[in-house]
Amino acid sequence: MSADTAVGPTAAAAADPAAVPGARRRRQGEVVLEVSNISLRFGGVKALTDISFDVREHEVRAIIGPNGAGKSSMLNCINGVYTPQEGRITFRGRTFDHMNSREVAEMGVARTFQNLALFKGMSVLDNIMSGRNLKMRTNILQQAFRNPWWSGAEREESEHREVVERIIDFLEIQAYRKTPVGRLPYGLQKRVDLGRALAMEPQVLLLDEPMAGMNVEEKQDMSRFILDVNDEYGTTIVLIEHDMGVVMDISDRVVVLDYGRKIGDGTPDEVRANPDVISAYLGTSH
Amino acid sequence: MLYRENGQFKTSYTSDLQVFPIAQDRIGIALLLAFAVFAVPLLADEYMFRAILIPFLILALAALGLNILVGYCGQISLGTGAFMAVGAYAAYNLFVRIDGMPMLLAILLGGAFSAAVGVLFGIPSLRIKGLYLAVATLAAQFFCDWAFLRIKWFTNDSASGSVSVSGLSLLGWKIDTPHEKYLLCLGIAIVFAMLAKNLVRSHIGREWMAIRDMDVAAAVIGIRPVYAKLTAFAVSSFIVGVAGALWGFVHLGAWEPAAFSIDRSFQLLFMIIIGGLGSIMGSFFGAAFIVVLPIFLNQALPALGALVGVTISTAAVAHTEFMIFGALIVFFLIVEPHGLARLWSIGKEKLRLWPFPH
Amino acid sequence: MGFFLETVIGGLMAGMLYSLIALGFVLIFKASGVFNFAQGAMVLFAALAMARFSEWFPELLKFDSKVLANVMAFVAAMALMVAVAWLIERLVLGKLVNQEGITLLMATLGITYFLDGFGQTVFGSDIYKIDVGLPKDPLFLLEGTFQGGVLVNKEDLYAAVIAAALVILLSLFFQYTSTGRALRAVADDHQAAQSIGIPLDRIWVIVWSVAGFVALVAGIIWGSKLGVQFSLALVALKALPVVILGGLTSVPGAIIGGLIIGVGEKLAEVYIGSKIGGGIEIWFGYVLVLFVLLVRPQGLFGEKIIDRV
Repeated sequence: MSADTAVGPTAAAAADPAAVPGARRRRQGEVVLEVSNISLRFGGVKALTDISFDVREHEVRAIIGPNGAGKSSMLNCINGVYTPQEGRITFRGRTFDHMNSREVAEMGVARTFQNLALFKGMSVLDNIMSGRNLKMRTNILQQAFRNPWWSGAEREESEHREVVERIIDFLEIQAYRKTPVGRLPYGLQKRVDLGRALAMEPQVLLLDEPMAGMNVEEKQDMSRFILDVNDEYGTTIVLIEHDMGVVMDISDRVVVLDYGRKIGDGTPDEVRANPDVISAYLGTSH
Repeated sequence: MLYRENGQFKTSYTSDLQVFPIAQDRIGIALLLAFAVFAVPLLADEYMFRAILIPFLILALAALGLNILVGYCGQISLGTGAFMAVGAYAAYNLFVRIDGMPMLLAILLGGAFSAAVGVLFGIPSLRIKGLYLAVATLAAQFFCDWAFLRIKWFTNDSASGSVSVSGLSLLGWKIDTPHEKYLLCLGIAIVFAMLAKNLVRSHIGREWMAIRDMDVAAAVIGIRPVYAKLTAFAVSSFIVGVAGALWGFVHLGAWEPAAFSIDRSFQLLFMIIIGGLGSIMGSFFGAAFIVVLPIFLNQALPALGALVGVTISTAAVAHTEFMIFGALIVFFLIVEPHGLARLWSIGKEKLRLWPFPH
Repeated sequence: MGFFLETVIGGLMAGMLYSLIALGFVLIFKASGVFNFAQGAMVLFAALAMARFSEWFPELLKFDSKVLANVMAFVAAMALMVAVAWLIERLVLGKLVNQEGITLLMATLGITYFLDGFGQTVFGSDIYKIDVGLPKDPLFLLEGTFQGGVLVNKEDLYAAVIAAALVILLSLFFQYTSTGRALRAVADDHQAAQSIGIPLDRIWVIVWSVAGFVALVAGIIWGSKLGVQFSLALVALKALPVVILGGLTSVPGAIIGGLIIGVGEKLAEVYIGSKIGGGIEIWFGYVLVLFVLLVRPQGLFGEKIIDRV
């Protein structure tokens, strides 16, 4: 992305390098998530080999690499969808051999999916409300006897609905809140996916190709949403993305994977100059 | 013109979260309920109560229970007949063996037993999915078929293998006329429909639908598949068990295990498919369709035959019913796989625009 | 010991027959991804056709030879099954391409009801005989080793051999012919197969015809044993555990599953059933399968279902 089409905060950065990126850097905290020596195999196929990197609190960490490099598999390991054969994951000082999806969610890690794992049968509102699930406390009997006059379940539903409406406002999808998500265009579905993750009020947000299949305008919107989330709530973002311009613009640090191995790790500028990375993307002449 | 939301603004989330947000819908439902409670008993004769209305209400209740499991939570179950049987026989044993057990309590406890059995047979759903699960649920069906036939204790050591109940009453009122039975079933059906509707629009309902639509993603947002699936089995089996007890106590009076055979399971599955999966209203539509169709064919076919001068034997009518039934199922699945409920909501959407085309 | 052997052999042979019906399920599932609940109705329909045709042809055409009657009936019944397959493809499957599994399952249930009613309307609903010359007398094996010998039903033996031959033939067909390959492609992904030019509709007619052929053979064998009557359709319900045990997509699984369930049922009935009231054959297969599925959710030989996110 060239400077004239860059999104708000980074456009400001282009004008004044000491402004926002510096502000973000100042806020970056300790290491909140660390993966060590993760190896993942499916039968004979090695998806990940000995991957180690860390993520600092409040930063935007990008994971990039050619197709099939194992990026989604890495996120799936962090999330507990896959169990790595080797390696450990440390979150806020607690170390795990493998993650349990629900525990990960309770610890404050949310994610979006490359192929949009939305609940197609439900409306936008219900999809995002499902992200509030962990915070809902009423039991089945209370829910069954729910009524508008004196019900804990009704109150709880309204309270969470308020939170979800704020997210809907933020993502600018108010007009579609009652539409079944299956009927929405792809770009809007991606926003709902993000909304559902945001509804969990996560500390760490894993985004799997949030801008895949979008045009320039949609990418600007999505970048803006992501940066706003990071700025306003301090959410740590781990982002898989193919668009180099976006990655270089919005991320603080970058990890590069190729064929399941880590070939680069550092700031965008460092990674861009790394010869291994260059040859992985552009190929070398032999 | 008549059916417009214009001017109906919601100023609080609570009002937006109502079951029937549009005023015309609320009026319609109120009228329907009033009609059902007051007008129908005046218009219907004993035959209509016994052959149509009471079976319709009880089977709609069972279909409602099944819809929660299959339509909302996505777990295919072919063993519904067995859960109805558990409810019926549990209620029977409680009613007959414990002196002074109130009928309604026996029925509800029968449902509770059915819920427990449902959870037990729901445990496989944690590992097994799809068609494999469907066949696994048949294990419940056939095992219960056998158990209620062979294990004498369940039938109170009845010599003939069938059981019967008499002396139904609710809070002191005797229930023996078809009119009273109808009101009892109507009341229970309405209450359960409201409770079910509340559940499916609350967060447990969203958990169920999340498991149905994509259970891997559901786990990632913190939904526990175990809790969601087992509660779906429990709630579903409770409702189905109550329906089974009602079927035995109120509709049949005397029954044997064959009343809850695999044919019943298939019949209920047809009801929710034709009525609409994942729809409370759809369960009622489907039940109405499946209850009324054979009766309609029974009258219509010989009449049609008489028109062309052909007498159709009762066996032939039965066979033709099968054929028409099968053909209708296929027709429905091709034309509207989401069932009558979808046709109904399409109709309402068109009604919102009427008399304008778009 | 002799009695035990008898029970086991009886179970193996019954199991072979279950495998035959299970094979019909597996074929259709492998090739069209549809779980064909109507397989039982197809068995009944085919058996009815065979029974009635073998009666009607000699009457109509005024000849006596039983062999000729049977042969003509067989050909006619087979032709009828192909017609049924074609109609099912045209009217049902073709309209439901790419619908969810439960929709297709329900459609096959609808076909079941339709075939049941149609078959009985056209062919009648009494009990009919099929006599293709299968011997009905018993055979006594190993008379030297066991006193009185081990009783084996000759009819069952012939049936088991025929079933085994069919199963082997069909396995070879699937693995080694180009049609078999096309069938496997279709089972994997309807749309992808269509896009490389595989004629979906013709493939489905072929598959359902083969399943119809299997149903016909099964119908003749069972009908010869039990007489052709409505309860024949319920035989399919006995074959379901076999299908699931072996795994929905595995032909050898159908064979092995059939043998296991056949033997298991008989042994359970004799040794356990007698103690707890009898008649446990009805659910033994299903409960056995339930426990196996808890350990291996895809059946013994089925493909593992991997959810990708």
